[in-house]
Amino acid sequence: MDFLNDPLKVTAEWLEGIFGAWGMNAAFAHVLVVFLGVLLLLVLLMVVDIFLVWMERKVVSRFQDRIGPNRVGPYGLIQPFADIIKLVIKEDITPNGADRALYNLAPILSMMAVLMVWAVVPIAPVILGTDLNVGVLFLIAAGAIGTLSIIMAGWGSNNKFALIGGFRQVAVMVAFEVPMLTMLLIPTIFAGSMNMNAMIQAQDKIWYFVISPLGALIFLIAVIAELGRAPFDLAEGESELVAGFNTEYSGMKFGMFYAGELLHAMTFGGIWAILFFGGYRFFGLEQVSPFLAAAIFLAKALIGYWIIMWVKYTMVRIRIDQMLAFNWIFLTPLSFVLLMVTALMNALLRGTPSWVYGIGMFFSNVILAWLALEIARSVSRKEREKIEGAKPLAEAHH
Amino acid sequence: MTPEKIIFLIVAGATLVSALMVVTTRNIVHAAFWLIAALFGVAAIFAILNAGFIAVVQVVVYIGAIAILFIFAVMLTRKDLRDTSAQQNRNWQAGALIAALTFGGLAALFQSWEKLSVAAPAIPSSFDAVAELGSQLTSPSAYVLPFEVASVLLLAAMIGAVYIAFTRK
Amino acid sequence: MNEWLYVALFMIVGAIIPIGAILAGAILSPKKPNPIKQSTYECGIEPVGDAWVQFKVQYYIFALVFLVFDVEAVFLFPWAVKLGQLGLYAVVEGIIFISILVVGLLYAWRKGMLEWS
Repeated sequence: MDFLNDPLKVTAEWLEGIFGAWGMNAAFAHVLVVFLGVLLLLVLLMVVDIFLVWMERKVVSRFQDRIGPNRVGPYGLIQPFADIIKLVIKEDITPNGADRALYNLAPILSMMAVLMVWAVVPIAPVILGTDLNVGVLFLIAAGAIGTLSIIMAGWGSNNKFALIGGFRQVAVMVAFEVPMLTMLLIPTIFAGSMNMNAMIQAQDKIWYFVISPLGALIFLIAVIAELGRAPFDLAEGESELVAGFNTEYSGMKFGMFYAGELLHAMTFGGIWAILFFGGYRFFGLEQVSPFLAAAIFLAKALIGYWIIMWVKYTMVRIRIDQMLAFNWIFLTPLSFVLLMVTALMNALLRGTPSWVYGIGMFFSNVILAWLALEIARSVSRKEREKIEGAKPLAEAHH
Repeated sequence: MTPEKIIFLIVAGATLVSALMVVTTRNIVHAAFWLIAALFGVAAIFAILNAGFIAVVQVVVYIGAIAILFIFAVMLTRKDLRDTSAQQNRNWQAGALIAALTFGGLAALFQSWEKLSVAAPAIPSSFDAVAELGSQLTSPSAYVLPFEVASVLLLAAMIGAVYIAFTRK
Repeated sequence: MNEWLYVALFMIVGAIIPIGAILAGAILSPKKPNPIKQSTYECGIEPVGDAWVQFKVQYYIFALVFLVFDVEAVFLFPWAVKLGQLGLYAVVEGIIFISILVVGLLYAWRKGMLEWS
């Protein structure tokens, strides 16, 4: 077997051979090799994470018509390392009355919840942690641990801003988890599996974005809310809640929340690509080399991350009542209807040629989106008229 | 002792310690977090048993939703989060005796049950528990009625919760 | 080998990395605590009262509605996995299942429980 075709397996067998020659138990050697592999992957991710700091700062400054970091190293590339040194040597303050155990556990769990997601993310056909047959549900399970870390931070800080910010964030996260779960069901229906690698394999003819554009859009909205990014970043509405649940954190503990948030955004960019844009697939190029496939996946993940940033730096923050109403009254019912329509259309169009299937699924999504927007518009017009009173016709035209 | 057994004993021990902490800690929020640890330990035991779907469901439902509900309920109801009353009442000796007898009786019963020591047959690699569950849940000759009744049950739970909160307002 | 061992390793390493980073910070950073620095942050004003504040009943309702839909999704995942191989009747069963729960959502909405008033 060639290293270039299956790098993980070749390296693992080579290392296990070495460890075996040292007289190590075969099973133990295997676990040790897997441990080293996981360590390598997660450390590489942390390195990527460091450059995400630079990327995020560069992108936001371009959106705001600035240049961004450009002094430390070429194009400011060394800037994030300076930031890290600063974070490491900052004094770590634990506020009075903090619940120390929970306060210290929260940043660790926050980072762990993001890193453990990569156990099921297929980076290339042969580069993946494990092929869990419950892959997509595992994402939600990891998200549950992230939610817990926010409650811990909010509660443990003994600070009103942190507590209110944390609870608001959690209310938003659990609210938007409903459309997210529902949208995870749609690729599951298409692929007939919850395994992420099987989902990518099943997208050989057509990306799921084409047959479920509305699903991809709702999933993206839910992801942005899960991440707590604008326009859903009310937990850190700085004019009222300072920085939300991490108000009291400083030094490296704050750094863990910050790095975790950025890596979380890129991870979900990657998961969006896996579920709706074929993951590491790109017109057969992924067959050439697993390294090329990994590069394709990374590129797609960064594009997803860029879209999340694009939304963040374009939209204004909405109020918590608007946001929860938007979820419970609009997004959740819409996602249920979409799920039912998708299941029905998928069953009805199953025997038809693939172009009929694709067009049928696409237009059922478009029609549903149009209907939902029309209903929302008429309802909100009525609400507005109830509040403001009916306007004269001439004025209404302007 | 196989490595699997060692892992099981560690996880089971951690679960039991967490469960004990739930009832002994005086801080109600800590009790909620120890409960989460115990629930997570149960999920790990499911994973050791190769019941991956149940393990993930345990985390998603119990830690992701029920634990959050507990914590919200704690924040809603109690102003004094520290329990200062005595943790035992005068019946604790009788309670301990009954618990010990129950445990001993169950242990004796299971010792005499020969199926306890039978090794479980290996799961064939083609077996997909989730797909099997799916076909059982939708098959009219199997569990389709419980599947739909579960939905009615969830509806009842939601209406009940809304009703309680509504009248309190 | 049990595939969950991989997941366990990811969780262990995923915890080791932040613990290492925080320990590095603890070793390298100065420690000069004083009462004012350690007081709870409240925009530079001395903190008033307890951090405990009364929460709205809405949080509880949202968590409960979420719990219901969470359990619903758990039931639907096996259904979705098998759907491609089953006939139209399975789709109808799923639609009935979801519709019953949408009734509950409508009820909560009509009662004004989903509004942040």
